[in-house]
Formats: sequence, structure tokens, C-alpha cells
Amino acid sequence: MNLTLKIWRQKDSQSKGQMVDYKVTDISEHMSFLEMMDVLNEQLVNAGEEPVAFDHDCREGICGMCSMYINGEAHGPDRGVTTCQLHMRMFKDGDTITIEPFRAAAFPVIKDLVVDRSSFERIQQAGGYISVNTSGNTQDANAIPISKHAADEAMDAATCIGCGACVATCKNSSAMLFVGAKVSQYALLPQGQVEAVDRVKNMVAQMDLEGFGNCTNTGACEVECPKGISLDNIARMNRELMKASLK
Amino acid sequence: MALDSRVPQGPIKDKWTDYKNKINLVNPANKRHIDVIVVGTGLAGGSAAATLAELGYNVKAFAYQDSPRRAHSIAAQGGINAAKNYQGDGDSTYRLFYDTVKGGDYRSREANVYRLAEVSANIIDQCVAQGVPFARDYGGLLDNRSFGGVLVSRTFYAKGQTGQQLLLGAYSAMNRQIARGKIEMFNRHEMLDVVKVDGKARGIIARNLVTGEIERHSAHAVVVASGGYGNVYFLSTNAMGSNATAAWKIHKKGAYFANPCYTQIHPTCIPRSGDYQSKLTLMSESLRNDGRIWVPKNMEDVLAIREGRKKPTDLSEDERDYYLERRYPAFGNLVPRDVASRAAKERCDAGYGVNATGEAVYLDFASAIERYGKEQAKIQNIQNPSKEKITELGEKIVEAKYGNLFQMYEKIVDENPYKMPMMIYPATHYTMGGVWVDYNLMTTIPGCYCIGEANFSDHGANRLGASALMQGLADGYFVLPYTIGDYLANDIRTGKIPTDTPEFDEAEKEVKDRIDFFINNNGTKSVDYFHKRLGKVMWDKVGMARNEKGLKEAMAEIKAIREAFWKEVKVPGSANEMNPELEKAGRVADFLELGELFAKDALMREESCGGHFREESVELEGEQKGEAKRNDKDFAFVAAWEYKGEPADAVLHKEALEFKDIELKQRSYK
Repeated sequence: MNLTLKIWRQKDSQSKGQMVDYKVTDISEHMSFLEMMDVLNEQLVNAGEEPVAFDHDCREGICGMCSMYINGEAHGPDRGVTTCQLHMRMFKDGDTITIEPFRAAAFPVIKDLVVDRSSFERIQQAGGYISVNTSGNTQDANAIPISKHAADEAMDAATCIGCGACVATCKNSSAMLFVGAKVSQYALLPQGQVEAVDRVKNMVAQMDLEGFGNCTNTGACEVECPKGISLDNIARMNRELMKASLK
Repeated sequence: MALDSRVPQGPIKDKWTDYKNKINLVNPANKRHIDVIVVGTGLAGGSAAATLAELGYNVKAFAYQDSPRRAHSIAAQGGINAAKNYQGDGDSTYRLFYDTVKGGDYRSREANVYRLAEVSANIIDQCVAQGVPFARDYGGLLDNRSFGGVLVSRTFYAKGQTGQQLLLGAYSAMNRQIARGKIEMFNRHEMLDVVKVDGKARGIIARNLVTGEIERHSAHAVVVASGGYGNVYFLSTNAMGSNATAAWKIHKKGAYFANPCYTQIHPTCIPRSGDYQSKLTLMSESLRNDGRIWVPKNMEDVLAIREGRKKPTDLSEDERDYYLERRYPAFGNLVPRDVASRAAKERCDAGYGVNATGEAVYLDFASAIERYGKEQAKIQNIQNPSKEKITELGEKIVEAKYGNLFQMYEKIVDENPYKMPMMIYPATHYTMGGVWVDYNLMTTIPGCYCIGEANFSDHGANRLGASALMQGLADGYFVLPYTIGDYLANDIRTGKIPTDTPEFDEAEKEVKDRIDFFINNNGTKSVDYFHKRLGKVMWDKVGMARNEKGLKEAMAEIKAIREAFWKEVKVPGSANEMNPELEKAGRVADFLELGELFAKDALMREESCGGHFREESVELEGEQKGEAKRNDKDFAFVAAWEYKGEPADAVLHKEALEFKDIELKQRSYK
């Protein structure tokens, strides 16, 4: 198929960006979206132009590095996938595809489609851990039975890949789904109880400090999340925060 | 220089304990004055960085991605082995040790493997304490599954995302130390050289990938945990950015590179669909617990399927060739990876491949779905369930076990694997070879350590499933933090290493000169053009089966591609900005050297062992006819190569492998 691409080009964080049009031809429907971008970049390099910078790494939908906003949707039109797993069979010959970076005040553009998500790092550093040193002498892994239900729910929350689609798609640029997922994982496990109060307070405080917006329950994040992280995690985080504020 | 593995004396089961009791320690007050650089933040590097910081060292950690959480350990699916014997099925430290040495085709260092088996149980304890949500059974205890090459259930897992959960565990431990200021994290940075002062590793030169700035970083020791070199094949299951540059740079500065020809071609990957393909996707080996591998028995059916006249589900049981179950009745679909991969290649080379390229076999879940369905019907007390009901119940169980893998397959191939068998084909996955290290995990450069997939030591010529995660975390959490202290104990009075010295000047100049060359070279061809050519030579001539003629050709061809690369490569943009093409150019330049050494190593090793199959070395008769033939008399050694300029001139050093606690036997899975 032949396509027209409208792509956000921006030299660096200081420069002003703009949409630029490109054409690609003979794109196979079996290609992944990023393989289509590879074709474009090969074309640009051969023409002596600068290729489009975009983040990507594992191309298996798990590292969370890829981050495009395609036709107005984080990770494009398919559901439950990251951009690297989006396939060209979702598009038709002659389509015009608009490709932008994830946009949020807390995700400044570094270049073209690459954004700076270090705000996520700082939130994790504020409390996204259990304080246990490596010793080899922690208690036996089976010492505390954990109900299958709780373990599975914790796993569902822990499956977040930190890509930022929830923020990019939210009209408030809220990071509540991302933070709620981490808070929930630990809130559901006995190991997470000891530091539960400080964890939720510190992570939420850091989230606010980074300039993410509030949650108004529109639920767009849950729809666009490539890993299907549920809104329940936001509710659980709010409950944890309420509990913490009473202690 | 003679190779000294520094394996401690004494009985194998006491070596590690005795050794830990005797090595030098650094007191907590002094650790504050010692800096350690860790390059790479996957399972090995991340766990090492966190643990070293917990101990009190000042750690500087480097990752080329925007967060340690993105390292490619995250893509590991199936699980992690540990000799817990929770299932009571006869597992033990010795048995895990034995399986790993046997699985590695007797080409690993016995003492290292025993230590790995010994600390494996601690890893699970540590991870649970960190909040890793491993799968549990209804009683609330940890669940296990089985992997290839073993007869017990010792693999712990978190759905099909075990690597992700373990990496996020190490990442959380790192975050705690970053918050305390004990780890200084350098995201979007790439190590481009190691700096040696008085023969010791004392720092690195790194490029800030956002600004292009070249930076000097000093430390008392440098730990390289940069992963494997599978991307030398261009197409592999590695991440796009996975590269060998850090490992190759230390090799060029004096670290020997061991057994590069031991590469794992993983049997269960999604087949290639076209020339535009940028990477291959693995389907976890855990699928072989429940999936049966087959091709049609008759050539007419193969053709009918390829032409779309028949579907695989149209073929009856006796029209199918379950070739693994036929050839290896004892292990069946759970033979080790190298054996399963070669068997798939054998069938496809014979013309039985089931897709348009002729490079695919089936992985079929129909029997498992039926078996689970019947079991569920019993459990739920459903009398005389219909076939549809059984299928429905069975699919639910399969979904619970492998749901994310099935979804991934469906997204890529656009076919429902619950209804239609999956198509799979082998692909480059893991590299057992790597930087040579002694028992302390130190390379032949004093003060330079290498851990995780980047080193060579524990998997011999073939790695068993669920052992990579185990090794990465063992090295980082439980081995390196001890052994590095023994070395650093001599550095408590050294003080901070200055970076305004001639050694740093020189290393920085080399790095800058190379970058300037790429930017100013007036070539016409993209980096990928050369990378793809290299990959094709590697796959065709240094792939699943190798012979003398092909390997000699490969060496010459790779050299020619390398020469053309330096003349004709085109890198757009400038050095002082984010420039992904420039990053790739440096990595591919190193792969073009490594690939030739790889072929040279494969040529030298005139035996078949593990992932290295020499067509000249097969069993000619008896029950094992056609299977790989190892030669212990002449090749029971580690090949450690010393850099001498051109890869073809590398000098071979041998570390003899002694097996005192395991009898060397032919590896039979029949």
C-alpha cells in the first residue's frame, strides 16, 4: 500500500517543531508500524536527509520504550498493543497517517517523536520499592502464603510497562493509572504493607510535583493502555491515600 | 598471559562457602570512598548496581535506554530456575548443577555452575521479599512449571512475563538506592571505551545520547553487564539496540573473549514474513510444556497446505509427524533448545516446512486443550460434556497459562492460535560465549568485571531454558558483590581516580576520532545495509550448522563487508545531538569485527557441541546416528581469544575443563 505520513519534526527541546509530509510506497500489510518507519528512514538516509528519531527497543511490546501518538491515539488504532506491535493491516492503501510524540507538560520533547519520561523515574524513586537488602537470608519464599487471587491481581497491576500512553491520552495528562498500578501491586501483597503509608503519600506527592494532572474518571487511560491496566488501580490508590492520611 | 580460573580448592560443595569465608572484605566506612561503574542495567547489571549500593559503594550505572526498566531482560518470558524442590520431585542443588552442566554439553566450568545452583534458591527468596508477584497455586504457595532438558519442575514464573517482573524487582531495588544517592543513574548514555590506568580498569568514556557530549567517568572498578551479541545476525530475538560494544571495547583493551561460536538458536520463534523484517519474536519455551511440534508426514499435504488447499487441522493424527516425540521418546517435545532447533531445521531442509518460505513447523495445542478441558469438566462435575464444552473449558486453562503469548502471536501473524496450530521456526536468541572471566567474574583486565549474558562462564555450549534469568541475578545479587570486595580491599587508600590524566585524554580522543570519521565520511550506504549483509553471512554460514568451507568463506566475506563499511557508510546528522544512526554505526562496526572472530572460533572447534554443530562431526552409526558428536579428547577446553588487531590474528588461549564431580557422557535425550 502507499501512504502519506504527517510527522512531527523537532530538532531538539529548544527548537520549534512542525508537521512534515512524507510518502512511503509498497508497504506490506504484514509489516509492523515501526518497520514501516524503518522503510521511511532508510529512504531518508539514502536521500541524504536526517531520519526521524523515535524511541523503540524490544519490538515485542514489553520494554515500554516506543511512544507514538498515531492518528490521535496513543500507540495507534489497535487495542492492547504498543506501537511496535501495531501492524500495517490496520491501515488501507492511500491513507494519511498523522504521527506525533506523546504530549504532556511532564513529557518534554527531546527530538522528533522522542520524549523525556524521566518524571516517571522520579515517581518510582519516591517509593516504588520495598526496602529489603540483598542478603540471601530473607525468609523462605513460601513462608508467607499469598492467596492466588491476590497474587494474580498484583501481577495484573505489575504488568504496567511504564510507556506513558495513559498520560498521553488523558485530557488532564494525569499519571494516576501509572502510579496506581505500582501502589496497587504492593498494596495487594503482604510484603508491601510495612511501608504502605509512606509509599502512597510520597509517590502521589512526587506525581503532583512533576506537573501531571488530576484524574476526572474519563477512563481513556484504561482504553489506551497496551497492557489493560484497570481503573480499579486508581480507586485502590485513592483508598490507600485516604487510609494513609488518617494514620 | 596464562589463564588462571582461580577456582578455589576443596570439594565442590564447600568451595563457595570456604571461599567467601576467606576473601578480603572492605569495611563499611571505607566502602564510602570507593566508586564502581556498572555498564548495563538488565538483570545482572541492575541487581549488581543495587546490591553494591546497598553495601555502601558509590555506584554509577549506565543504560542506553531512557530507564533501567527497559533493558532486554524484560522480554524474558518463561521463568527462572531454582533448586527449591517445592514440588518434592527429587530436585536438589546437585541435580540443578548436573542438568546445567549436561545441558551445556560439558563445556562450562564446573565450579561456577555449582555455585550458580547453590545460590539459585536465595534468588527466589529475595525476589518474593521485593514483591515480585510469582504465580501461586490455590494454597497460596509458589507454582512451578517444567522446561526443556530436565526431568523436574523447578521453574518459577510470573505468567509469560517473568523477565519483566524480575527486572522490575531489580529496578525497584535500584530506585531505592538512586533515591538515597548511592546510585547515580546515567540513562541514555552509551559506554564507548574503557580507560586503563597502570593496567587496571579505572573508568569509561561514555556518550550522552541526548546531547552527544563525550563524558569521562572514573571508578575503582568497572563492571560490564551489557548483554549478549545475538544482533551480529541482524535478525534475532534481541532488542533493536542490544549490542556488543561495551564487551568488544574491553576485549580490544585486553579482556579475552571466550567461545564466541556458542550461540543459541531458539526453537520457538515466529517465522520471518519478509525482507523488511527488523527483528524476530520469541514464543516462550514454556509453550513446549503443552504444545506438540509436528510437520505433515506426506509431501502432498505439505504442498496442499502451502498452496492453501488444506489446513493443518484437516490432517488426521497418522498423517502427522511428531518428529521430536518420534526421535526423542524420553524427552519428547521438551528436549533442549539446540536439539529442538536442529530437528526443525532437518525437517525443513528436507522440504517439510509448512509456510510459503518453507521455514516453519507447527506447535499444536489441540491435545492440551482437550486434556485440560476433560480435566476441568471432571472438576466442575459436568456429566458427558460436549466436544465444544471441553474445548471451551480447555481454552480457558491454556489462556490462563499462556494468554499473553497467544495474544502476541495473534497480533503478529493475524491467526488465532487457539483454533489453528502456531507456526514456529528457530531464531538467534542467546549467546553463551562472551568475555572470559575467572571464578571472581573478573576479566583478564584487573578491576574489570563481566557479568550476566555478557560473560561466558555458566552455560557451556548450550543454555537450558529459564537459566539466563537465574545466572543474571546470581551474578548481580549474590556473586559479584562478594568477589569484587576481594579486589577493592586493596583500593581503600587509593582515593578518587582523577579524569584529567593522559589515559583519559587518549581514550577520549580515540572515541571522538571515530565519531568524527562517521559523521564526515562521504559514503552512500546506510548502516543497516551493511548490518543486513553481515547478518546474512552469519545465518547462512555460521548459523545452525557449520562446516569448514563455509566458515572460511564467512571469514573472508565478513572482512570484505567490514572494509566496504568503512569506505562507504553514510551517517547523516551531526555528532552533537541525538543521532540514532551514529549510535548504530558504532555498534555495527564492532559486530563486523566480532562476527569474524565468531567464525574463526567455529572453524577452530572441529567438534559438535551444544549450539555449535559442525557437519563434519556427527555420529555415524548406532542409536545416536546423525546426532552431534562431541570430541572431549581434543576440545574439552574454553577457547579464550586475545585481541591482536585484525580478528583473524586473534591468539587462542585454552582453559582446560576438568570434570571431577560429573562423568563426561554423550548427551542423550532419547
